[in-house]
Amino acid sequence: MSDTDTAWIETALTSARPQAVGALLRYFRDLDTAEEAFQNACLRALKTWPQNGPPRDPAAWLIMVGRNVAIDEVRRTRKQQPLPEDDQAISDLDDAEGALAERLDGSHYRDDILRLMFICCHPQLPATQQIALALRIVSGLTVKQIARAFLVSDAAMEQRITRAKAKVAEAGTPFEAPGAIERSERLAGVAAMIYLIFNEGYSASGDTAEIRKPLCEEAIRLARLLLRLFQGEPEIMGLTALILLQHARSAARFASDGSLILLEDQNRSLWNGTMIAEGLALIDKAMRHRRSGPYQIQAAIAALHARAATPDETDWTQIDLLYGALEVVQPSPVVTLNRAVAVSKVRGPQAALELIEPLAPKLANYFHFYGVRGAFLMQLGRNDEARIAFDRAIALANTSAEAAHIRMHIDRLIRDSQPHGTNGGTRQGAKAK
Amino acid sequence: MLYAILCYHDEDFVGSWSKDQDEAVMKKLAVVQENLAKQGRLGPVARLLPTTAAATLRKEDPPLVLDGPYAETKEQLLGFYIVDCKNLDEALDVARDLGAANPGGAYEVRPVGVFRPGGNLT
Repeated sequence: MSDTDTAWIETALTSARPQAVGALLRYFRDLDTAEEAFQNACLRALKTWPQNGPPRDPAAWLIMVGRNVAIDEVRRTRKQQPLPEDDQAISDLDDAEGALAERLDGSHYRDDILRLMFICCHPQLPATQQIALALRIVSGLTVKQIARAFLVSDAAMEQRITRAKAKVAEAGTPFEAPGAIERSERLAGVAAMIYLIFNEGYSASGDTAEIRKPLCEEAIRLARLLLRLFQGEPEIMGLTALILLQHARSAARFASDGSLILLEDQNRSLWNGTMIAEGLALIDKAMRHRRSGPYQIQAAIAALHARAATPDETDWTQIDLLYGALEVVQPSPVVTLNRAVAVSKVRGPQAALELIEPLAPKLANYFHFYGVRGAFLMQLGRNDEARIAFDRAIALANTSAEAAHIRMHIDRLIRDSQPHGTNGGTRQGAKAK
Repeated sequence: MLYAILCYHDEDFVGSWSKDQDEAVMKKLAVVQENLAKQGRLGPVARLLPTTAAATLRKEDPPLVLDGPYAETKEQLLGFYIVDCKNLDEALDVARDLGAANPGGAYEVRPVGVFRPGGNLT
């Protein structure tokens, strides 16, 4: 078998994984057993597919084989005597059996995949464990790959996933078919988890962006998968659009020295046009449903940036309104802070400053608050106060890129104490870089 | 005679290609396309965005807009070529060449009745 063969089989296994593991989980009602059954089926696939060619329906094949192997395993241990190793009986699945398997599973596969994703975002699991678990059991990344993306040791990641699995087992998995309300609650939970995975990759700094990029790509793959299962859900369209539009800018977000490049300074020709097109198409579709929600609003904001060929063409009035809408459905000081940036463009830095002053107690430890505040003060020519805000921001910076970015402002303050900021470092919090 | 060669494949599978795999396939397909273009036989070529970006208009009265592709199938329409061929055999040869560059899935080979090249889109 050639390496390319193996690579293609690996891809087929990856794409079949959520459905197959989801179905096996429904059969065995135990995550470890389901995963093991899937692993065994994969091993057989690697052995038999190169000879017989891949089956027409890899997922059905893997479900069938995984189930049979596991059942044989149980029989074998019960009888306390080894059965003859009979690969042929199981591997010779023809399409007739595949079709049967599909009939068994076709009606279930949506909820199977949703359930598999949903058990990863159990409310008792901290966000980092949710993400790690989802990447392991839904995406099928190896512990090593996940550890690398999270910049921790393999052992630490192994432990994190083991702990998460134990909690999931303890909490119990809901196997009854969900009702409409429950299904939409599960969808919301899974959407939030996918967004967490994306942000984990997106909030990387310049020196780790490349290592963490697979997290963004995987989040996009999962979002598209979820949307395939629930075609008519405007918030899932919004989520998918949002992460596509944000990821579309990835090639323009960091300078060669790893420092962050602000939205308004980015080379827009480096933005990925195909991803932007897909994001815009999804927003168009979502809007028709007239059922707004936080992901759709954030995606619409990202779209306004994406549609502007140059920073000057950005429709800040519309962005201000959209942040206003987001404040209503998802009130948070961070949203208000983002809105203030739009306000500064539309009504000037004084109005923006007044908007964020009341946020100070809530955002006392938030890097972006001081970065934005400093920028407004700088634009107003209140350089001493700006300097204090920037110093505070540096103290709170999470990444070297953030700190470097603020230092650039300070250098500018030192260089020229002009009372009018030019492209003042207005920034958009974590959302728009 | 013009033929539409419609590319069907499992979107989940294609969506799981790594960037390298995707680029490798596109590069091989480009070779086939260049040959056809040199012979002046290649018309429009399109790679479609995922079916999740699709909407479908059912021509009822009034027309009804649905999210997603026209039909839920195991394999999805992912792209198409318009190629000038003498006959079906020749069109199938082109599909074979494309298939060698892009294994898996299927090509539907469909003669074109009316063809208007339209404007110069980019």
